[in-house]
Amino acid sequence: MKHRIVITGVGLTCPLGNNIQDFRKNLLNDESGIRHIDIRHMGKVAAGICDFDEKKHQPRKMRKRGTRAGSISIYCANEALLDANIEFSMVDKDRVGVFVGITEHGNVETENEIHELYENELDTGLWSHHHNPRTVANAPAGEVSLNLGITGPVYTIGAACAAGNMGLIQGLQMLQLEEIDLALAGGVSESTDTFGIFAAFNAQGALGQHDDPSLSTRPLDINRNGIVVSEGGCLYTLERLEDAQKRGAKIYGEIIGHHVNSDASDFVLPNAQRQTECMRKAMRKANISANEIDIVNLHATGTKAGDIQEAKAVAEVFNSCPETYINATKGFIGHCMGAAGSVELAGNLLSFEDNKIHSCKNIDNLDPEINLNNLVQNGSVDKKVEIILNNSFGMLGINSCVIIKKFNN
Amino acid sequence: MQTSEVREKIADIISDIALDEDLSTLDDSQPLRDQLDLDSMDFLDIVMELKKRHKIEVPQEDYPRLASMDSCVEYLAPKFVQ
Repeated sequence: MKHRIVITGVGLTCPLGNNIQDFRKNLLNDESGIRHIDIRHMGKVAAGICDFDEKKHQPRKMRKRGTRAGSISIYCANEALLDANIEFSMVDKDRVGVFVGITEHGNVETENEIHELYENELDTGLWSHHHNPRTVANAPAGEVSLNLGITGPVYTIGAACAAGNMGLIQGLQMLQLEEIDLALAGGVSESTDTFGIFAAFNAQGALGQHDDPSLSTRPLDINRNGIVVSEGGCLYTLERLEDAQKRGAKIYGEIIGHHVNSDASDFVLPNAQRQTECMRKAMRKANISANEIDIVNLHATGTKAGDIQEAKAVAEVFNSCPETYINATKGFIGHCMGAAGSVELAGNLLSFEDNKIHSCKNIDNLDPEINLNNLVQNGSVDKKVEIILNNSFGMLGINSCVIIKKFNN
Repeated sequence: MQTSEVREKIADIISDIALDEDLSTLDDSQPLRDQLDLDSMDFLDIVMELKKRHKIEVPQEDYPRLASMDSCVEYLAPKFVQ
């Protein structure tokens, strides 16, 4: 029988808070984490920026040497351990794994260095020797290994915007395989430091913009605007249930189901059929039926194609479930890319304690093509919450779904 | 350039690299690595900053000449003059 895996700590930074409690409070208060920033070559854009203290867990020299993504990972990893009340000096570092989902990595660093190259009249002799260690794909996880002295398996999972869930799934699997005893798992993103991602969404007609930054992205609304790029991170401490119970840990929830599949149909357009299959297979692994799920958290990025295809998929699975409520997070904080899945799960996780389902944000005129029963759109709903299904989908057609259940002793 | 000015320019570079260190108690005659938390990447940073800020090239075989502040000043002073 497979081990049961539970969440015992949350380390988070996102545009609406630097811990899970503040994030939850701001979601329930209908706050916006989106503001205007100036970025190279593009000027003013709407974005979600984190304001955590980089120096809290990282020496300044290592921050300068490393990357913003690494710094976010280090903050989240340390906060997750503190939140889990783990005395890390007593932990066998060989038995700890770090699994960080990323949409991409290296764009920020490469753009900066290309910029400097032009300022240095194309003298490649001044190209930084830090380029390679900063841009290797495992950097956002490897920096955690260096910071905490973790000698177990430490790597990133590249899975576009499905990656936050994927980090979590990898952590769960490694614990079930008994390869490790403790996982730090989730996703991070530093995407707001690159103009390229903004310019590319703009070229695609998918960049969310508005004079009022809080209205720059309105997923599911007829005037949805598009995607707001955000940075963020959320890493969870995961443990086998028996280990968590042995040390008397607080248990946020149990991961009872998950699934990952691929569309094999388009570079960017989503595929409702595959999304439906992903959710159904996750529920099958969890051995539950759709009507047992209390919250479905949509990926809902604020693009027409993405919103409508996902709504179709979710409607097919859940519109016959009167007790299942649907919400989405990106109207509050934008799209945290590789962190989105893990951050948005954290936004709902405390509903196990407060029994509220946070609303979507910025839906004034629901797109008539969205036909979702129980879409929470005008303030939070009071409801006893036992099970959350969290969707995250990404480019090149990767779909991920995790199901978390409240832990009852 | 005065020796003291050369020392100041080198100290400026080191302080921008060893960001968490106090350089005020540095013993110039002793190896930098015995007194500061500097690794090989930091020394590459020092070499790169000399190139960027002062257009001074330090060939790899001369890296040992950067071991202490005194040896840095002795080695680099003629290059600052050029």
